Amino acid sequence: MTLWLTIAAVAALSFTCKAFGPALFGGRTLSPRVRSVIAFTAPALLAGFIVVDVLGPRWSAVDLTVLAGLAVVPLLLWRRAPLPVALVAAVAVTALLRIP
Amino acid sequence: MGSLRSAQADASPSAKAAASPRASFVSGLKTGSGLAAAAFLLAVSFGAISTSQGWGHLAPVICSMAVFSGSAQFALLATLGSGGGITGAVTSAALVNSRFIPMGIAVAGDLRGGRIRRALEGQAVVDGSWAAAHLGGGRFDRYLLFGATAIQWPAWVAGTALGVVVSPDPDLLHRLGLDVLTPALFVALLFDEVRRERINRLPALLGAALAAGLIVFLPAGPALVGAALAALVALFRAPAAPAPPPEDVHRVHSDEQVAP
Repeated sequence: MTLWLTIAAVAALSFTCKAFGPALFGGRTLSPRVRSVIAFTAPALLAGFIVVDVLGPRWSAVDLTVLAGLAVVPLLLWRRAPLPVALVAAVAVTALLRIP
Repeated sequence: MGSLRSAQADASPSAKAAASPRASFVSGLKTGSGLAAAAFLLAVSFGAISTSQGWGHLAPVICSMAVFSGSAQFALLATLGSGGGITGAVTSAALVNSRFIPMGIAVAGDLRGGRIRRALEGQAVVDGSWAAAHLGGGRFDRYLLFGATAIQWPAWVAGTALGVVVSPDPDLLHRLGLDVLTPALFVALLFDEVRRERINRLPALLGAALAAGLIVFLPAGPALVGAALAALVALFRAPAAPAPPPEDVHRVHSDEQVAP
């Protein structure tokens, strides 16, 4: 029962977090300054997602095999490789480095 | 980059506006398929771990359907698993989801309808879809967002169900290097953001530095909200912005004035 209550509460909170911005901030024209801040949230948060995922809480998840796999992605994309190729290469590099 | 945003890659602002909802949605499905593959694998491990913690067969699947947030669900697992109780579990999941507040504010202007309709449309915001739907200049492609999420949700739920039934050894996914898929996709999306608009390097570097510093003593959610604050540097550099590089003028600012 506790589990179901917890799931329901988390689902409701998740809904609220996602609804907050759209419900309160939509439907108005934004000034160019606000727009430019919003434009910067995408690269700032994307970099944050990567860092948080790679480092983990208190930097506990740092894993050199992951870093090596990730380093392959921009390299291949810069060399004009298609996205799926870059992703498969990242997974392959990490998997190869993990062979004991 | 064609492979990431096929409908928008070559789009000048006018073409963006003209991109049909259907084309955007299909483009979202394509972009979302890579994200869906990563979500599927992550969901398999969520299903397997939650079952091993005694959640039974139904609760993990319902949880994935209703919550639909990998990081929140793993936070829930970790807190309940370590005896954190309902309050601890709900608090940690809520903290993780706090990042949806700045993300929702960013996308708000591009959603349609009244408050309730926008709140419902905002449920389509998940990390990958939100980033993929960003057109540049703070504008989001609403149908691309819907398409990218429409393919991830079933993948997330199906992966959870498979994990519950099969319960693979979580170590297997790790040995195959599949845990690198999610951050690799974010690296690709970031690469795309930075290549499209070089000016984005500044908030990306600041966001990374803030996240790296905050994750030392904060949970993931607040650390990400902190990273989002890096976007405020726009306030300091926008008024002084010199003539942006030609592709910026063309791509970003031509349908709204270059900052005052």
